[in-house]
Amino acid sequence: MPQGDYIELHTKRNGRRLDHEERSRKREARSKHLIAKNAKYLRGVKAKIFAKERYKEKVEMRKMIKAHEEKDATVKDKQKTDGAIPAYLMDRDEVNRTKVLSNMIKQKRKEKAGKWQLPLEKVKPMSEAEMFKVVKTGKRKRKAYKRMINKVTFVGDNFTRKPPKFERFIRPTGLRFKKAHVTHPELKTTFCLEIIGVKKNPQSALYSTLGVITKGTLIEVNVSELGLVTQTGKIVWGKYAQVTNNPEMDGCINAVLLV
Amino acid sequence: MEKVVKRAKVNEEDEVHTSEKVLDQVEKDHKQKAKNLDTTKDNNEDAKEEQKKEEQKKEEQNKYKEEEKEEGPSEYLIMFQNAEGEPVGDQIMLDSRTTKRNLVSLLNTFLENEEKLPYSLYIGDETNQSEVRSSILDSVKELPNAKYNAETVIPIIYKPEAMFRVRPITRASTTLEGHTEAILATNFSPDGKNLATGSGDCTVRIWDIFTETPHHTLEGHTDWVFFVCFSPDCKRIASGGKDKKIIIWDAKKGEMINKPLSGHKDYITSLSWEPFFKNSECRYLVSSSKDQTCKIWDTITGVPLKTLKGHTDHVTKVIWGGEDLIYSASRDTTIKCWNAKKGKLARELKGHGHWVNTLALSTDYVLRTSCFDHTQKEFSSTKEMKQYALERYNKAMSKKGHERLVSGSDDYTLFLWEPYISKKPIARMTGHQQLINQVVFSPDGQFFVSASFDQSIKLWDGKSGKFMHTFRAHVGRVYQVAWSADSRLLVSGSKDTTLKVWDMKRKKLMFDLPGHADEVYAVDWSPDGEKVASGSKDKRLRIWKN
Repeated sequence: MPQGDYIELHTKRNGRRLDHEERSRKREARSKHLIAKNAKYLRGVKAKIFAKERYKEKVEMRKMIKAHEEKDATVKDKQKTDGAIPAYLMDRDEVNRTKVLSNMIKQKRKEKAGKWQLPLEKVKPMSEAEMFKVVKTGKRKRKAYKRMINKVTFVGDNFTRKPPKFERFIRPTGLRFKKAHVTHPELKTTFCLEIIGVKKNPQSALYSTLGVITKGTLIEVNVSELGLVTQTGKIVWGKYAQVTNNPEMDGCINAVLLV
Repeated sequence: MEKVVKRAKVNEEDEVHTSEKVLDQVEKDHKQKAKNLDTTKDNNEDAKEEQKKEEQKKEEQNKYKEEEKEEGPSEYLIMFQNAEGEPVGDQIMLDSRTTKRNLVSLLNTFLENEEKLPYSLYIGDETNQSEVRSSILDSVKELPNAKYNAETVIPIIYKPEAMFRVRPITRASTTLEGHTEAILATNFSPDGKNLATGSGDCTVRIWDIFTETPHHTLEGHTDWVFFVCFSPDCKRIASGGKDKKIIIWDAKKGEMINKPLSGHKDYITSLSWEPFFKNSECRYLVSSSKDQTCKIWDTITGVPLKTLKGHTDHVTKVIWGGEDLIYSASRDTTIKCWNAKKGKLARELKGHGHWVNTLALSTDYVLRTSCFDHTQKEFSSTKEMKQYALERYNKAMSKKGHERLVSGSDDYTLFLWEPYISKKPIARMTGHQQLINQVVFSPDGQFFVSASFDQSIKLWDGKSGKFMHTFRAHVGRVYQVAWSADSRLLVSGSKDTTLKVWDMKRKKLMFDLPGHADEVYAVDWSPDGEKVASGSKDKRLRIWKN
């Protein structure tokens, strides 16, 4: 049995002092003075402990005050929010979709001019040695006309290999990619989309034709999943995106959609 | 190949002859006396002509006999019936190649119409109907089981078409800017002279239709405006929104009348005025809200008279019908019918398996337009207007029938009800593959269409609920549809930013109207048929016309 119960036992048996209520009220009232004194004069680790405790109490206090204020205040109408939707779409957990992308004519004009506002404007030039590895062939390993591509590539579905003798460029199957993680800059969401083709590799035209994907490459992706529509009400399915990472180092392709 | 060519030629020739024949048959009775008088004319010429005719007939008959084996009998016994199934005129024997035009003119003489009225004709009973487009024979062939032959009487059901024609809209006449947020609702006034829009920028705007300029901007709401609705006398506008308030506006001055009607605890989903022929003051209004109740308001004193409690979820749509019933659809899967006078529950329609999104009444159009129609009558007093509205309503209701109600739901089905008579549905309609967002009855009440998120619009028969056609062309969800006043055209607005105009007769896409830069949220066709207004998420209102 715990030894500290004797006080309670005593009050149970004999009751409290007659002036107990008043004394405790006064002590409570004076307690602020004690706290103030402690706050002022405590030093060292004691002060730290005290301050920490006091901080917690104050947070509690502030919360309490706020709750009371909220209870008392008359509820004002909330300000209206953006992104109005009709009543029939309310509570339907709609996926947020951005505006229709710029119209077809503009897009075509841009394509012709070959000018795009790109997220990545400049890329680090790559040397040929970094890009290709020379593969020696022939019985005496004398011939060195074959090149192995060290970077990630996209190879279309209908690609058939040439006979080994005429195959100048080898695109390793391990580095072939079919999908890219494409971020929609306005929606701020990322989708895993199929790659349709490599539009342009800034390093050189040869890499574009080979389908090499490095940082800064423009790729075309299939966006039919996103449900984008042109102004005339047709579904957009191909859109350009620019690669933002180094796919050969990361093992995945990250890209930003060009809107 | 040769056979086909020959047959086509024969048909061409026959059309001319047969039309003469039919008219002859009809007119013979009427003009026998006149013909008797004619005999005094040159007998020789007549005799020659008759000879020629007889020869032609013989030739034709020979041809028919050859073709009969493949094409069916050459003559049919037919009888006209109205939509209720009551016969009109006698049974008559007609050539199987009788064209639709001749049938209609025959029908007009039977009905003793002074002016010739347009009708659409159908062959068959309620389950299997085929529309007569070219000739009797063709439509008999269309029927799945070859029920009719030369021996049986073929009932031809006729349905009157509108006397006037609405020209299809083909171009955008203006793009009106002004709203600073998406437009969520558009509504033409019943007389087609005013247009009101509600938007996410908390305002209601009134537009001048003739000059296509903004007229008034009505500020008063503190949140999105979901619903705007003209009173049937065109004088006032009711608007309700996310701020739980309903505001009544003066349509002419553009001012708020009284204080906002407040009492709902959640946002307002729809509003409906009391039918004009019940009360020409346009005093009472019913509103539905997300707080699971409907309220009947006295708009003059601004007091809620009755609260219709009973739904256990979000009420999505409310309609004040012409038979003293208020219909409300709710997300608790039921539709409830309330007695409008007592405010008590009259009937509960159960059947849906998921949220009920929308309702439509066969008399919706007449209730909305009250006394305004294509004749553009001028009235001297409200009493006269009321009388005319009642006349129009009674005309719209078929003789024995009651108002029919159709409901569309999240369970991809539609139900057709006749709530005045029974709580059992007339038909359950399936076919959509996504939820149904809106159903609308045609102004003449003979058809209704359903707009669905599965990108299609379906046409159904308004009486039996029989499936008639699917319209596909949209590449996004179809949000709203609107009929033209003559029930011949339909316009739909979609998530794919376009409007499309559909021809109900040929069941085809008529025009594709691109122009909006974003989803089209609201579409309305003016009751006078001149213009279409569409509101979009791109904050612009577009007006389309011929």
